[in-house]
Amino acid sequence: MTNIPETGRTPRVQIRLVVIQILVLSLLGTLGGRLWYLQIREGAEYAKQASGNHVQQVVQPAVRGSILDARGVPLADNETRLVVSASRTELLKQKDDGKAVLTKLAGVLGMDPQEVMLKVRLCDAKTPQPCWNGSPYQPIPITDEATPKQALQIRERSEDFPGITAEPEAVRRYASPGKSNTAQVLGYLSPVTDEEIQQAKDSDSPYLRSDQVGRSGLERQYDKVLRGKAGVTRYEVDNLGRVIGQAKADPAQPGANLVTSIDARVQRVAEYELDQAMKEARRQFDKITGSYYKADSGAVVVMEAKTGRIVAMASAPTYDPNVWVGGISSKDYAKLTGKDSNYPLLNRAIQGQAAPGSTFKVVSTAAAVEAGYDFDGRYPCTSSYSVGGQVFNNFEGENFGPISLGRALEVSCDTVFYGLAHNEWKKDGGINPKKGQPKDYFFKAAHQFGLGKETGVDLPNEVTGRVPDRAWKQSFWEANKDYWCKTGKKDGDYVEKIAYENCLEGNKMRAGDEINYSIGQGDTLVTPIQEAVIYGALANGGTMHAPTIGKAIISADGKTVTEIKPKVTGKLPISQATLKGMDEALAGVVTRGTAAWKFGGWPQDKIELHAKTGTAEVYGKQTTSWLATYSKDYTVIMTIAQAGTGSGASGEAVRNIYSALYGVQPDGSIDNKKALLPQPQKGLPKVRTDGTVASPKISKDPAKDLRDMQKAAEEGTSTSQDGTLPGATTPTSTAGNRDTRRRQRRRGGRRRLT
Amino acid sequence: MTGANSFSVSGYGPERGGWTRIFARDSVARRLDWPMLLAALALSFIGSLLVYSATRNRTEINQGDPYFFLIRHVMNTGIGLALMIGTVWLGHRTLRNAVPFLYGISVLLILLVLTPLGSTVNGAHSWIVLGGGFSLQPSEFVKVTIILGMAMLLAARVDAGDKPYPDHRTVLQALGLAAVPMLIVMLMPDLGSVMVMVIIVLGVLLASGASNRWVLGLIGAGVLGAVAVWQLHILDDYQINRFAAFANPDLDPAGVGYNTNQARIAIGSGGLTGAGLFHGSQTTGQFVPEQQTDFVFTVAGEELGFVGGGLIIVLLGVVMWRACRIARETTELYGTIVAAGIVAWFAFQSFENIGMTLGIMPVTGLPLPFVSYGGSSMFAVWVAVGLLQSIRVQRPMSA
Repeated sequence: MTNIPETGRTPRVQIRLVVIQILVLSLLGTLGGRLWYLQIREGAEYAKQASGNHVQQVVQPAVRGSILDARGVPLADNETRLVVSASRTELLKQKDDGKAVLTKLAGVLGMDPQEVMLKVRLCDAKTPQPCWNGSPYQPIPITDEATPKQALQIRERSEDFPGITAEPEAVRRYASPGKSNTAQVLGYLSPVTDEEIQQAKDSDSPYLRSDQVGRSGLERQYDKVLRGKAGVTRYEVDNLGRVIGQAKADPAQPGANLVTSIDARVQRVAEYELDQAMKEARRQFDKITGSYYKADSGAVVVMEAKTGRIVAMASAPTYDPNVWVGGISSKDYAKLTGKDSNYPLLNRAIQGQAAPGSTFKVVSTAAAVEAGYDFDGRYPCTSSYSVGGQVFNNFEGENFGPISLGRALEVSCDTVFYGLAHNEWKKDGGINPKKGQPKDYFFKAAHQFGLGKETGVDLPNEVTGRVPDRAWKQSFWEANKDYWCKTGKKDGDYVEKIAYENCLEGNKMRAGDEINYSIGQGDTLVTPIQEAVIYGALANGGTMHAPTIGKAIISADGKTVTEIKPKVTGKLPISQATLKGMDEALAGVVTRGTAAWKFGGWPQDKIELHAKTGTAEVYGKQTTSWLATYSKDYTVIMTIAQAGTGSGASGEAVRNIYSALYGVQPDGSIDNKKALLPQPQKGLPKVRTDGTVASPKISKDPAKDLRDMQKAAEEGTSTSQDGTLPGATTPTSTAGNRDTRRRQRRRGGRRRLT
Repeated sequence: MTGANSFSVSGYGPERGGWTRIFARDSVARRLDWPMLLAALALSFIGSLLVYSATRNRTEINQGDPYFFLIRHVMNTGIGLALMIGTVWLGHRTLRNAVPFLYGISVLLILLVLTPLGSTVNGAHSWIVLGGGFSLQPSEFVKVTIILGMAMLLAARVDAGDKPYPDHRTVLQALGLAAVPMLIVMLMPDLGSVMVMVIIVLGVLLASGASNRWVLGLIGAGVLGAVAVWQLHILDDYQINRFAAFANPDLDPAGVGYNTNQARIAIGSGGLTGAGLFHGSQTTGQFVPEQQTDFVFTVAGEELGFVGGGLIIVLLGVVMWRACRIARETTELYGTIVAAGIVAWFAFQSFENIGMTLGIMPVTGLPLPFVSYGGSSMFAVWVAVGLLQSIRVQRPMSA
């Protein structure tokens, strides 16, 4: 070492070395700073990008909840089908991309190997069906109709079928307990649309491409609770799309069960009776049009009067909801929606609207009392009423002399209401009232009775009906006046004349408008469910409810029960005294009024029925029949289009529904054992510890049971155990027995009024 | 303990036997720069974990053995350590006499690369495949021999006490010595290595005390050269693309920008503490290419987070800090120049390598010293550590 001179460090080199050191440090500092910026400041953003890079989702569908009737009988549930599916990721791991396995599988399933291959290829713009348009990480269903034997073959030899699974899967089933159909109330499911998938993509319950969504009825209204929450498994994949790990798995949460207030047995009876009534009406000859009644559509609502809960709701024509299961064929779809289908998908109980006819008179009566007319006063029921040369006839020209409002309801006297409405029209200022002058008691009452707006029933797409008040007339005229003024002729045919008049003063409330309106004719439209609310309120002392079908939501594990409470929407604008008077009058309709000829022998002293019949005129069509009834507990509304009078078309059917509810025998005796629902179902069905809902056994066909009971009673007392003599003097009404019916009409019903 | 005998440098103290000699106050073991050594060892250890994490699933390159790269990385580190020990044992001064020979060999090797014996990886024709899974990247060794060669020339007259600073002729000779292998490497073309060599030359000139004119001239020439390279379209398309992707990171994220983009996602997603070793999804998902070699830092960034990435930078800092101290503390210019050249090399290569994964430098094929997988690089950096240790061990006791 000593041979090396001790030169020491020259300052220049020393300084430069320090500079180098500082440079090095600053470079490293730069790196540290940049690292901090990327990882700490922007870290979240990159983490998001990274997860988007390599995470693929596989969604397990949740089992859809059941829809149960009030006693727990499933109306819509799921059946298990064996679904064989192939995992693309597994297949692609195989040497030949799974071709051999798929061919073998096709052999087991008895399918064409080519078809199976096509089913597992991915769809793109150029690929025609069949192809898989879901996520490539999702198992691809090959068939959902595998037999247990085929499934066993696949599962037992799983080593021969890598990537193939045969699993039971839940598929919707509309069980039709006791032959009830309930199609329009239950609604249906149909595949999810691209748009919906996009919308739900980032939500916590994304849709599968194979998902079904409730499209109408309860399936739609309660879709969210029934649907449950799809399970999501996030798989990490590498840059070639190969699965390298399972990141996170949220198991599927099955949907909740919906308990409804529907009673499947009553539902079946209501459906059957509606159908029978329509069939019967088609056998009746209509003198006015000179043809048999068409009776092309109808609806019936059975509602608990005190709560607004729907016990049964049927609409005709109907269809089998199971056609939707597993995808509807285009042929079936055309059958349901085509021009000649008569639209069986419509729920006419909430979507059918017609003039209410005389069932509207309860509204007019309330309006008259509100306007200051004494309920028990005397009003002339003449055979006709004329205004300015126009003559308005009473039904079949009957004349009862001066009668009270109650009696007017009972016998459905039109002219009493004509007079009252005309009087009010004049008081309101006639054809040209001053601004703010019209009190419009009759129109106000209709609104107060809940007409012209939805009842709020828990079903989608309810229609509002219409109250043809001044505001409506004005807007309707504005919308149509051009057309009327163009087509209207002073001396033309009926339509042209009407158009001409409408053009001139269609925006004004004419005397004839208000007179027609007072008996539920003309432009007024109501739905059966609105009638149910009104007559239910009359039954319970004046409280109007938003009708409800859903009664409770029970979580899949049975642990949470969310009750759906009845909803009060308002009070009828009637004093208790008037209500009592109307109640008595409507009872009179059954015992001696327009419906009496259909209710002969009814145990009125034990089960008091109240009714109002209605026959609404429809231009160019046969009359719409209405029958609005109630007992202490239930209100039953039935309407059939183009079927004649309310009592004639629906009397027997409605009576049969009450008979089934209360177990009334043809002779008028009451057999509580046979009663389906003598009191409204109060509690909820029992929930077992495993979360399933206990359901009682249900007869194969409650409607047939009723007929059998009636037949047995009619055939003699031999089958009657207690030996009570049937009310032999009162012939019973049995469908299909027209002789009996005629005779009854002659004896029980002196007059046939509406 | 004949080996121990070799470790004691003659003339530094009384001869003693066995362990005593190794751990005596003036023994080689005591005089080694342990912080640097431990930091370098730690870097290689972290490197082995990262290499393992990056390659255990890459069946297409690890020949079905998840430990394939790990074993080789550890082996390389072992060989590197042996080379370091050998270098210390020989001593940098002994090696000084062999510099012309070593320089000649390394230049011959890079010339070999240009012959059909060489093979092309990632656009750069810079490998000699030896067979059996081994290959050589001679440009790594050239970095060492350039430093040694230039130091030898520049320090000869100064260390002899003739002059305070190297004169212009000597500087010119030294530059010529560096230019030959640089030109060859540029022909490969291995632009990254050329850049490292330019920085090495700059560091060496600075430390040699050469006139400011030389230093400034070299910087100017570097800039001019860069402009010329750009203007004369000497660069290949892949090189232009790398610059384009650097200038605009969002450019074609599936194409030329893919590498930088995925690298940045990997690092960015690491956050403070990372996804955990072997749990990085970018790494397991093999989204970042060349992840065991040039992009090894992304594994650290994603799986060990800011803490792990920062630790690597700090450890590199320790190595360079100690090297700077050695450069300042040694009394002979030769040692100073060698140490400074190594500092310049390590600093620039680390900055370039980590910088490109962070998106602040363009992508070039440079390994991260000690950490990246790759034998040639590993051997070269450990030899460099050996040189630094030897300079420290052999400096006079400045008590």
